[in-house]
Amino acid sequence: MAKIHIENLRKAFGDFIAVKNSTFTIPDRSFFVMLGPSGCGKTTTLRMIAGLELPSDGKILLDGDDVAFKRASERDIAFVFQLFALYPHMNVRRNIAFPLVCQGVPKSEINERVEETAKLLRIDHLLDRAVSALAGGDRQRVALGRAIVRRPKAFLMDEPLGALDTEFRALMTEELRQLHNRISATTVYVTHDQLEAMSLADFIAVMNHGVIEQLGTPQEIYDHPATLFVADFIGSPAMNLIPFTGSVRRGSKTVQLNGACIQVPEVTDTSTDSEFVLGARPEHITFSDNSGFRGEIFGTEYLGTTQIVTVKTAHGQVKARLPANVPLKTGENVGLSFLGSRLSIFQKANGRAVRTSSHPGDAHG
Amino acid sequence: MAEVSLHNLTKRFGLVTAVDGINLDIADREFFVLLGPTGAGKTTTLRLIAGLERADGGTLAIGGQDMSAMGPAARDVAFVFQQYSLYPHLTVFDNLAFPLRSPARRLPEDEIRTRVGQVAELLRISHKLQNKATQLSGGEMQRVAVGRALVRQPAIYLMDEPLSSLDAKLRSELRLELKRIQQELGATILYVTHDQTEAMTMANRIGVISKGKLIQIGSPREIYENPLSVYVAQRLGQPQINLLPAGVLLNGSCPSNVATVGFRTEHLEINRVESGNGLVEWIEHLGDQNHLHLRIGDHKITTLASPTTDLRPGDQVKVELQDPLYFDAGGKRVLRVPE
Repeated sequence: MAKIHIENLRKAFGDFIAVKNSTFTIPDRSFFVMLGPSGCGKTTTLRMIAGLELPSDGKILLDGDDVAFKRASERDIAFVFQLFALYPHMNVRRNIAFPLVCQGVPKSEINERVEETAKLLRIDHLLDRAVSALAGGDRQRVALGRAIVRRPKAFLMDEPLGALDTEFRALMTEELRQLHNRISATTVYVTHDQLEAMSLADFIAVMNHGVIEQLGTPQEIYDHPATLFVADFIGSPAMNLIPFTGSVRRGSKTVQLNGACIQVPEVTDTSTDSEFVLGARPEHITFSDNSGFRGEIFGTEYLGTTQIVTVKTAHGQVKARLPANVPLKTGENVGLSFLGSRLSIFQKANGRAVRTSSHPGDAHG
Repeated sequence: MAEVSLHNLTKRFGLVTAVDGINLDIADREFFVLLGPTGAGKTTTLRLIAGLERADGGTLAIGGQDMSAMGPAARDVAFVFQQYSLYPHLTVFDNLAFPLRSPARRLPEDEIRTRVGQVAELLRISHKLQNKATQLSGGEMQRVAVGRALVRQPAIYLMDEPLSSLDAKLRSELRLELKRIQQELGATILYVTHDQTEAMTMANRIGVISKGKLIQIGSPREIYENPLSVYVAQRLGQPQINLLPAGVLLNGSCPSNVATVGFRTEHLEINRVESGNGLVEWIEHLGDQNHLHLRIGDHKITTLASPTTDLRPGDQVKVELQDPLYFDAGGKRVLRVPE
């Protein structure tokens, strides 16, 4: 297994810069997810690591060895694509064995490794079946098997679950994570689905316009988004971003929102700006009669255990996640109160988070 | 708009019965969602109503009129497909106007302009009318595809997973918009999906479909709170409902024919104690919510963690059930529990 270090990696397609001077490290044995909207540069980065795309500039160190301009076949990396292509005329055993046959591995070793891989994926009882007779999930496991059997230094996966049903996707997400726990292979995984990223990753790199906006554990990124983009991209529904005008100084413990005084974590930074954005997750908002920050209920979305309530306020729409058994009427006037210790503040102009006692980290560039 | 009635509707492909005797009445102005996994027969049902497939049995009426033998054009339905198929060489305006210029129902150009304008307004794409279809984002293209159905005023809109190719953020925006548009137009919609969130948030009623059969129909709240089988209980709710053998968490209050006890977050009372029947294994941060994973003896259960929870892995907890759901050995709901 391997550590992957990316240094000043850049890729331009004509005038378009797909990846801008990226520098980051994928630790050995970690499950590393690159997350972002389409066109953010995540797949291009992955393809450069794989050797399917040559960088315009920069280094890709695979266990200290710069492979940026080496052929894909010389990198000892396995790539798993979104649509799994199996050889329909071969059975499961031959499909999994195929990469080893191509490498000229001795037959006895091939058998051993295929069996071992099949056991790992819990498809050893299917080895002699035709792949065309397999259910979707098993086909996917066979495709994974073909990658694992090579024992590469790292796995690269490009939205491997993108084409699946929601339910089946949840199941495969869990299986992928368990598989990773068993074999601890360095894995770089690209997706635009933040829920998938949250449940799979040891580390997430959130990308936008060719730049990594934040790199951290799923919880760091969720609790302390470094930029407005990250705050808006992660979470479903997304973090409420409530613009306000005022002053945010070192030592402040409150901000003023439409005359209401809102408690926030103690600010540890002084900003000369006057335009800010308050970030509040829907689950950190409750209704309270004596709050001065008020609005009118615009609509509710029933989700079973919880409901998402959309409230129209003087500062725009605010979404709160409440228990589903709280009775609410559209048009009702309600006061909103915030769980102060969990709020974020951003500078509107540059989109960066203001440092507070609960939000000490600086944005990662 | 009109009501739609399916009576014993059946469709076979060779040995497979894709739609197996479906009975369903969709009311005028109703948003009805068929929820089921791939291969359950959802899309085939839509295609039967549209007239794209011919039924092997049963009848189908739209607005009180038997349509079983009619061709697609005579049925007055509008179909929105999963993959938006726009004419790439046409502008958004011309894409939207296309159905109104078809020889079958050609409208005068000034009326076309009015209708396209209204629909574009409704879908918030008025500023893009002169763009080529290829110059739109994914969400805009899907809105145009929906718009092409909306410019007509058919008896019913048939929608086949129209949001599934979009990313999560757009999906949640369009969910709200589609519901708003349906209410503003008073449209009748039959909407097919495998996504429980879409079903819960948009439907007036949900029909849960499995292996070609409709197995429960009800409002989202009815289906969620009152599932009649283990199968239905597992379709709605995130995290999925916990199912434990009877006796693991109950203190004798459970009737003898109960084999399985089902419970969700709202059926659970969890308190930290010195020594309890449960152990906190881990807390999973999923982005929209946190899942609390507990171990009870040899069993694992998952529940929603409160955003303010101070439980930590390794904590001992006392787990108690309040009014859980009971199921028999065949997976059927056991409704009344004797005192």
